[in-house]
Amino acid sequence: MHRLSSRVLDALLLLWLVTTITFALVHMAPGDPATLLISPTASAEEAARQRTSLGLDAPIPLQYVHWIGGVLRGDLGVSLVRAEPVTRVIADALPVSLFLGGVSLLASFVIGTILGMIQALRASRRADHVITMVTTAIYAAPSFWLALAMVTVFTSGVVWLGLPDFLRLPAFGMQDPAADPASIGWVDRWRHAVLPLLVLSLPGAAGMSRFARRALLEAADAPHVQAAYARGLSRGSVERAHVLRNALTPLVVLFGLTLPGVIAGSVFVEQVFAWPGLGRTMLSAIAARDYPVVLGLTLVYAGAVVTANLLADVILLRLDPRRRAS
Amino acid sequence: MTPKLVTAKLVTARLRSAASSGAMTERAPRWAAGVLVGMTMAAMVVPALAPDGVRDIGDVLATRLVPPFSRDGRGVWHLLGTDAFGRDLLVRLWTGARISLGVGVTGTALSGALGILLGALAGWRSGVIDRAIVALGDALLAIPRLVLLLVIASLWGPGLGVVIIVLGLTGWMSVMRLVRAEVQGVRALAFVEGAQALGVPSWRVLRRHVLPNALGSAMVAITLGVGNAILLESGLSFLGLGIQPPASSWGSMIAGGREWLLVAPWIALMPGVALVITVVACTVLGDALGDRRAQREIR
Repeated sequence: MHRLSSRVLDALLLLWLVTTITFALVHMAPGDPATLLISPTASAEEAARQRTSLGLDAPIPLQYVHWIGGVLRGDLGVSLVRAEPVTRVIADALPVSLFLGGVSLLASFVIGTILGMIQALRASRRADHVITMVTTAIYAAPSFWLALAMVTVFTSGVVWLGLPDFLRLPAFGMQDPAADPASIGWVDRWRHAVLPLLVLSLPGAAGMSRFARRALLEAADAPHVQAAYARGLSRGSVERAHVLRNALTPLVVLFGLTLPGVIAGSVFVEQVFAWPGLGRTMLSAIAARDYPVVLGLTLVYAGAVVTANLLADVILLRLDPRRRAS
Repeated sequence: MTPKLVTAKLVTARLRSAASSGAMTERAPRWAAGVLVGMTMAAMVVPALAPDGVRDIGDVLATRLVPPFSRDGRGVWHLLGTDAFGRDLLVRLWTGARISLGVGVTGTALSGALGILLGALAGWRSGVIDRAIVALGDALLAIPRLVLLLVIASLWGPGLGVVIIVLGLTGWMSVMRLVRAEVQGVRALAFVEGAQALGVPSWRVLRRHVLPNALGSAMVAITLGVGNAILLESGLSFLGLGIQPPASSWGSMIAGGREWLLVAPWIALMPGVALVITVVACTVLGDALGDRRAQREIR
């Protein structure tokens, strides 16, 4: 219990550090958001008045104290461009990214673990080689390029290759823009979601399978596994009770390690497929120098990563009694 | 154990598990090295040797959007086809390679140097300096690197120099952790204490006796980092926040080919193939290097 609370404290300290660093980065940058927001024809007094109302005239340390105070109260400030609270801007975009990230994290874990199991425990050496080659290539592919390649294959490519027509998938947006919003069914929504989810899950699954394969091979080498075979246990039961359980438990931690990749991937995927999630919001906020939104989103991203790491740590402690003693 | 230590543990576990790398054949690292050397040569030679007129924008209507393996309106044969302005894609690909490979290597070299420096400092001096460096590293690791890159690159104005510096400033953390751990391990050994007892100044002990022992694992991490840096540069350039025209890298070529995706998919897809091959080669090479070290440690 004591260790858990000290870890939570560590995580909070880390988040404070992250916000301070981003605040410094954003405010050290050359350029002034006011020049983008205040009309160039405004008189000097009018410009000064708007500066004051945007809070951009205060000294930087004061702005920092003001901002941190707001964060502690759950107030991330007001978007300079959209004139809405930043929390509202984030809340609008969050469900889209949660859906994309959640489903693809789950999919990459399931697919990756199964692939790793096939490679390590069952398949011939040739299948192992082929899967390794494919996953290495997918893991190395930039997600925006993977997205464009998928779009090519599943739109015009379907015609060139003579594939059945239902494989022609929509490449942009979350639903059919021509259809009546009330009558859009699940089929249309899922057809729009297939390509973004695929592009986000494949690299994760590829990385996951590499870890799973290594972990399983190492676990299968352990002396107690040989002892279990020597006692005459069947291959299936040894693999279930002694190999899989030992090897797959540590993979839970990868949840924390995979998340930054999924976040980065979702920036590109949302951009290419025009899904209005956090990544797209981030890109437009950066382009418009919307400081409060950039700061708020960075905090959300860092919070997600820190929480995932903390969770992975705690889960591992519960699953693996050996770690509790040390 | 802090959350981030789990990462470090997994990395070392990966280095140690050399015995199980059955799928990586003996020849793979040699192939990877060959591919990288070949690509570097091609990037140096091909753009220089390209005949006049293939690279420049000329008779656009006669030469544009030629598919791979075919001739344009003037009878010139193009291995990879041409882009929307009639420029030969093969020549553009190797011109872009100069920037993609160059930025990847220099950016990683910068982050590697920074990581070694800070890691040595943190490992050698315990106390406030150590804790400050580790905390800074943890904080930077908590922000996804792409987000960090996006924020810095866009606010400071995109461009070649900014991309390299930003890659350096955001990639040193894992190298720092490895070097710090190794330096802490070596610091306690008898020959270091002996050197100190003889009155050798500490920077000299660090340089002559500690760092050479600590650099091996850092080199593995740096090699693996090159592929990652190349990918990140391409991502920034794809979003328009990296290399700016008229210069082009593989990432900006993919961005430029995006609007022709349905008519001439090869423009956007070819640079991506080059990217995948390069990054795979870097990964294979880095993995092999790590495996070699791990095997030496076991013996």
